[in-house]
Amino acid sequence: MLRKVTLLAAALLLVGGPAMAAAKAHEPEPVAFSFEGPFGRFNQVQLQRGYKVYREVCSSCHSMTLLAFRNLGDPSGPFFDPEYSAEKGLTSNDNPVVKALAADTQIPDLDGETGDPITRPGIPADRFPSPFPNIIAAKASNGGIAPPDLSLMAKAREGGPEYIASLLQGYGPPEHGVTLAPGQHYNKYFPGGVIGMAPPLAVDKVSFDDGTKSTVKQQAEDVAAFLMWAAEPKMEERKKMGFSVLIFLVLFSGMLYASYRRVWKNESH
Amino acid sequence: MSGHSTYQPSNGFAKWLDARLPVGRLVWDSFVDYPTPRNLNYWWTFGGILSLCLGVQIVTGIVLAMHYTPSAAAAFTSVEHIMRDVNYGWLLRYMHANGASMFFIAVYIHMLRGLYYGSYKAPREVLWILGCVIYGLMMATAFMGYVLPWGQMSFHGAVVITNLLGAFPIVGDAITTLLWGGFAVDEPTLKRFFSLHYLLPFMIAGVVVLHVWALHVVGQNNPTGVDPKSKADTLPFTPYATVKDGFAMSVFLILFAVFLFYMPNALGHADNYIPADPLVTPSHIVPEWYFLPFYAILRAVPEKLIGVLAMFGSIVCIFALPWLDTSKVKSMRYRPQARLYFFIFLVVCVILGFCGAKLPDDQVIPGLTTFVLVDSDLNSFVWLSRVATLYYFAYFLVVMPLLGLLEKPLPTPETISSPVLGGEHKD
Amino acid sequence: MAHTAVDATNPAAGDDPSRRDFIHIAAITAAAGGGLAAVWPFVAQMNPAADTLALASVEYDLTKIEPAQQVTINWRGKPLFIRNRTPEQIAAAVKDDGAALRDPQTDAERHKEGKAQWLVLVGSCTHLGCVPTVGGGEYGGWFCPCHGSHYDTSGRIRKGPAPTNLVVPDYAFLSDTKVKIG
Repeated sequence: MLRKVTLLAAALLLVGGPAMAAAKAHEPEPVAFSFEGPFGRFNQVQLQRGYKVYREVCSSCHSMTLLAFRNLGDPSGPFFDPEYSAEKGLTSNDNPVVKALAADTQIPDLDGETGDPITRPGIPADRFPSPFPNIIAAKASNGGIAPPDLSLMAKAREGGPEYIASLLQGYGPPEHGVTLAPGQHYNKYFPGGVIGMAPPLAVDKVSFDDGTKSTVKQQAEDVAAFLMWAAEPKMEERKKMGFSVLIFLVLFSGMLYASYRRVWKNESH
Repeated sequence: MSGHSTYQPSNGFAKWLDARLPVGRLVWDSFVDYPTPRNLNYWWTFGGILSLCLGVQIVTGIVLAMHYTPSAAAAFTSVEHIMRDVNYGWLLRYMHANGASMFFIAVYIHMLRGLYYGSYKAPREVLWILGCVIYGLMMATAFMGYVLPWGQMSFHGAVVITNLLGAFPIVGDAITTLLWGGFAVDEPTLKRFFSLHYLLPFMIAGVVVLHVWALHVVGQNNPTGVDPKSKADTLPFTPYATVKDGFAMSVFLILFAVFLFYMPNALGHADNYIPADPLVTPSHIVPEWYFLPFYAILRAVPEKLIGVLAMFGSIVCIFALPWLDTSKVKSMRYRPQARLYFFIFLVVCVILGFCGAKLPDDQVIPGLTTFVLVDSDLNSFVWLSRVATLYYFAYFLVVMPLLGLLEKPLPTPETISSPVLGGEHKD
Repeated sequence: MAHTAVDATNPAAGDDPSRRDFIHIAAITAAAGGGLAAVWPFVAQMNPAADTLALASVEYDLTKIEPAQQVTINWRGKPLFIRNRTPEQIAAAVKDDGAALRDPQTDAERHKEGKAQWLVLVGSCTHLGCVPTVGGGEYGGWFCPCHGSHYDTSGRIRKGPAPTNLVVPDYAFLSDTKVKIG
């Protein structure tokens, strides 16, 4: 709250002030995501597209170690199917789409008899496989800086999904005075402007199964929505429960107030 | 607890128990028949709200400890395990994290109420000091609890705060090494912080018992600051205070629920969703909001040791308050000048919190470069926090002692009920 | 509690004709209901977490088990026996179908149809949960070393303190050589 107040006050102070120094990163562009607001929900089709962008583009460098394939079929997840829910006595493990997505990947494991390292097709209980076997390999392949894990990215950056969506579209020629070393790129939304990640998205780089036009903006916003879901998979449950709790508390407070007035009605105070 | 007990066992068993272990009598005398001043306003409901906060933190904490792993390798993922896999884990963890903030909101209101109405003055000095001890324990508990998720802010917050103690000459390094159990914040530090984070709330609960005991010995202060003189001045705790406290708690829970369900990360920091990395410090390291004023005081002083002393000194001032205030009149309702300084103090605390969240060299008014004074531009948060720090200490060390001697307070009422029944001074 | 206290301590309440004031009862009921609802998450969190449930079923390739051999695998934190029975062991089990059994079951009820060779059992003694040793005891099935329960080659209790047969878990043959347990 205090941070919000601070931001607000800073914004007010800014009104009369001159332009910010060039080194400051641009504020992310606002995006009207479906999950915003007290009743906002994830758009399942968008999450499916976002997963495809992650799987086909991001996952070649970025891990998502906190996510398991089964999560994709959890309630409010991209491939949730009410046929495979707790109400039917089943779980997302039984969801055939989830099984197929898991089986599409190769999971490093140990051979049960020889103990040799092997890879096998994934099962829903498996976590998303990482592109690099360890952090040293991740650093070595990426100019000394490991690509961050994306599991919590939408909560781990100021601006959240809007920042991600802006960043993915924010590449361009360097602004005045910024010099780039080989392997560096200019991105106006990235703090400092110099980023190691090459522009990851391009028109039609990912073909969407639902026929949505595959623009860079579309891909960026879809993957940002997917990452928000990945970071906060219980958001819909949370808001839903919050609504009931608030209704209860407001009614309860009203009753207590009436009770309080009743008790005190003959006492001046 | 004070005075004659009116408890009458209602049945044979109650009579039998009362002769052996009079818990029924204790509860009756403390929470039913206990006389409370009839003019208590809503600022007095925060004691009850604080007990609720402590209860919520202890219960959610015990449950979270069933799933949390206190190890540098697993702490971060075990918290995410709670958030993703444990049944209602997200609810319990957000309750605990936001509950800490709610606890501090309530405790600050409770303390400021005490400050405004002079609740620390004789005979309530011990009551006040016990409250300060609780506040100190709360800060220690909250700090160690914030380390447990082992995110970037957890880790580097722990580094910064433990390094503070290194400022003390001669013993400083030995103390930090002892605290860390190594040469940096690491596995042993996390494990001991977890152990202590589990222990301290129960110590808080113990001191709360003493705090309530002391309260019931001296009785509650009230908005007039005039002690009750007859039965006409008081009402029994139940139902009058119980129902009012209950209503206030319920309203407070609405605030809690709004944060918990709709903005659970608004009071936290994004960087704490990045796993701890000892090799990279977040570009802008700030403590949780409830420590920001003290953090600003720390940074206001350019010399490390004096900064640390100033920070601890700012808390010591609160302890010493009963002896710093020389006024004979308790409530600031009758001290117009004191009231003015109090509200300035309130604003200064908010300014200090504001400064604590900013980088010291950031400009207060953007784009305006004035002139360098000593070490920084005058238009910087470090100078704003210096001015605010100066007022903070002056309030306790100059205003409080002198004002009591110099001011001319308004006449105070003879009894609580005289202004109450007369209908004056309603605020 | 509060409404009785109103009557007891507030003389003015005597003016009120309804001694048990509705609003107090309603408020107390709501408090109790809300309190009870709030307890549920604190209880439910002790149930198995989603990742625990996700690993609760395992698949096993039976070609790894030689005749007369048993493998023990970990299933939901408990031992699971998969035994490749010889024709003699099956015959011995079928022969005792009519014997006086404590927990009467035929051998055919304890394996999948046409798969008499494969016996899949939870490896916990039904007495107090120790792990029985394979091939021991008077009936050549299993013997529990803790308190001396004897099981036959169908995993049925024959002698000793255990009350019931070794439990057959839910499982299915995915193919001739692959089972899925759970």
